[in-house]
Amino acid sequence: MYTQGLDIPKGDKSIPVEKADSAEALRFQARIDADEKIEPKDWMPEGYRKTLIRQISQHAHSEVIGMQPEGNWITRAPTLRRKAILMAKVQDEGGHGLYLYSAAETLGVSRDELVEQLLDGSAKYSSIFNYPTLTWADIGAIGWLVDGAAIMNQIPLCRCSYGPYARAMIRICKEESFHQRQGYELMLALSRGSAEQKAMMQDAFDRWWWPALMMFGPHDTKGDAEGIKSQHSEQSMKWRIKRVSNDELRQKFVDVTVPQAEYLGLKVPDPHLKWNAETGHYDFGPIDWNEFKNVLIGNGPCNKKRLKMRREAHERGAWVREAAMAYAAKKAKRNAA
Amino acid sequence: MSRKEWPLYEVFIRSRNGLNHIHVGSVHAPDPKMALENARDAYTRRGEGVSIWVVASNAITASDPGEKESLFEPLAEKVYRHPTFYDIPDEVKNI
Ligand SMILES: [Fe+2]
Ligand SMILES: [Fe+2]
Repeated sequence: MYTQGLDIPKGDKSIPVEKADSAEALRFQARIDADEKIEPKDWMPEGYRKTLIRQISQHAHSEVIGMQPEGNWITRAPTLRRKAILMAKVQDEGGHGLYLYSAAETLGVSRDELVEQLLDGSAKYSSIFNYPTLTWADIGAIGWLVDGAAIMNQIPLCRCSYGPYARAMIRICKEESFHQRQGYELMLALSRGSAEQKAMMQDAFDRWWWPALMMFGPHDTKGDAEGIKSQHSEQSMKWRIKRVSNDELRQKFVDVTVPQAEYLGLKVPDPHLKWNAETGHYDFGPIDWNEFKNVLIGNGPCNKKRLKMRREAHERGAWVREAAMAYAAKKAKRNAA
Repeated sequence: MSRKEWPLYEVFIRSRNGLNHIHVGSVHAPDPKMALENARDAYTRRGEGVSIWVVASNAITASDPGEKESLFEPLAEKVYRHPTFYDIPDEVKNI
């Protein structure tokens, strides 16, 4: 989802597929199988470490970039109440980024390295944040759908085998529920409003529905046929970094979200959507994976804008970081004298 | 861009009086005072704490997980350190 695991080009060997036959690797896998947590200084296979660094940092980058689409509406929030809520939510997302960078750093990578990978475009972040927020209803749609999908994905991550990541996710999950509820409440207000407000809500829903489903990443099994497949999914499952499949999570999201949409009087923009009494789930239509791939490789509506803004903010803050360091050094010297 | 990264501080929070400070994560900051301020913003946005400690990460000395056995295993054999090691007749009360 926030870490759709797709930036690994086919044939990339930078994450070795482990041959789990060394004594250490066997012992490691036994610990994982016994549901033991792995902590920073423990022995771990290089692939495990690399997979985690990649996943946690992508997740962190997503939280940080994710502040932009919503930040876009802070100055135009319709009431002071909505403005305070939106500011708190955006601040939370920044905090989530920090928790996650902190977890990634326990694996022996520096914050600067990770930030640089984001700024030079070599690291990926979730495709969802490359869509624009055109109206106020988008703020409701994001909280309800995007944070809703995030929660679906993050709850199993709270049981991830790597201790610092699992603990960061527990912290994050506690905060996400507010995000989703404020979004749904915003939609609820629109659903009780004028015809124009209802139309604005439907329009936002139409634009966010499919991108939200894409957040769960490619199909786990039939992905190959579409030329896009969740990479290293199996290995991640075995290491208990990932605990539930993409398709399972997506189905769960559809099942809980459709009734919520109906309550708002919304029509799901999918002609194939239909309750299936036999399976006890909603059937839904095919996902446009071409759009997904396109957004991921940088051609989404806002990719360039998001990175540009992030870079500018980073550069504009450089003098503050340097001045603070210079001041700390001066003070330390004076104290030593 | 400056390549000089702000140092890392580990953050410990006491959620309420009567409880120990517990490790919650880390922050980067140029000095301990700003580390405290950053920790407050990052880790206590919802009244998660009444007291914060920050400690420079490089000031922490940690035990090596590889030495887990030599450090902790001998204690597992000292069963006489636990009350259940001692058989006392049921008739004897309050012991
Ligand atoms: Fe978040
Ligand atoms: Fe959120």
